[in-house]
Amino acid sequence: MKLREIQELLDAVVLAGENHLNDEVLCGFGSDLMSDVLCYANDDAILLTGLTNRQVLNTAEMANMRCVIFVRNKKPSDELIRMAVEMDMLIMSTRLILFECCGILYQHGLAGANKR
Amino acid sequence: MTYELKFDVERGDFETAGLASRKIKKTLQQLGINNKTIRQVSIAGYEGEMNLAIHSDGGYISLMVLDGELVLVIEDTGPGIPDIALAMQEGYSTAGDEVREMGFGAGMGLPNMRNNSDAFEINSEPGVGTRIEMHFNTKT
Repeated sequence: MKLREIQELLDAVVLAGENHLNDEVLCGFGSDLMSDVLCYANDDAILLTGLTNRQVLNTAEMANMRCVIFVRNKKPSDELIRMAVEMDMLIMSTRLILFECCGILYQHGLAGANKR
Repeated sequence: MTYELKFDVERGDFETAGLASRKIKKTLQQLGINNKTIRQVSIAGYEGEMNLAIHSDGGYISLMVLDGELVLVIEDTGPGIPDIALAMQEGYSTAGDEVREMGFGAGMGLPNMRNNSDAFEINSEPGVGTRIEMHFNTKT
C-alpha cells in the first residue's frame, strides 16, 4: 500500500517527509510502548502511536520504519518535526484513535507487522 | 581491529539518547554491512543506550568492526545489577514513571539485546558497574 493511500484513508495531515508519500509499505504496528516496537515489529512497517517524544522517532529509525503516524490528534513539537526532516522520515497526524486507524488499514489490506 | 566508534552516554539525558545509535547505524550503512545485521545492531545498541540513560550512573557504547563480525560493548560505572537472572527476564523492570511515559521500561531491553545478537555476555557487580558485550556475524 502506498503511504499516500494511508494518508487519505486516515485523513491525516502530513507534518514532514511529504516526498515519501509514493513509497510502498506492507505492514503496520500500533503501540504506545516503544519497547514492544523494538521487540515485535517487522522491518519496513509504519508505526502508529499516541506518543510524541523524540524517542518515538529514534525507535522508528532503529526498526527501519520510515513513517510514523500520530493518532488521537496528537501533534509533535516543532523540534520533533525538525528531527523528522533531518531523519528524512514521513510523519503525519490523524484525529482518529489507534483502534480506528488499525481497523481501517487492516480492512484495506495492510498486514500487522508481527515479527513473532 | 579495523574500526572503532565510542560514545559516552549520560544518565537521564533523554534529549541526546539515541544519537549514538543513529551514528552507529549510519556508519554501518556506509561500510556496506547487510541490512539485517544493521537492524539487529541498531536495535540492540539503542536498547543499550537507553538502558545507560535510564539506569546507569553514566557509561559508554562502543562498536568494533572486525573481519567477519561486529562487537558492541555497553559499559557503565554503576550502580550494577544485583540479580542478573531476574533482570534478564522479559517484563522485569525497575524503571520509573518518567521512563514509562516515554514508552520504555517494559522490561524488554536486556532480553531484546540477547535476542538480536549472535553472542551475548553480561557481567555486573553492585557498586562497580555493568558490562555487556554482544557479537554479530557479518559473514553471509
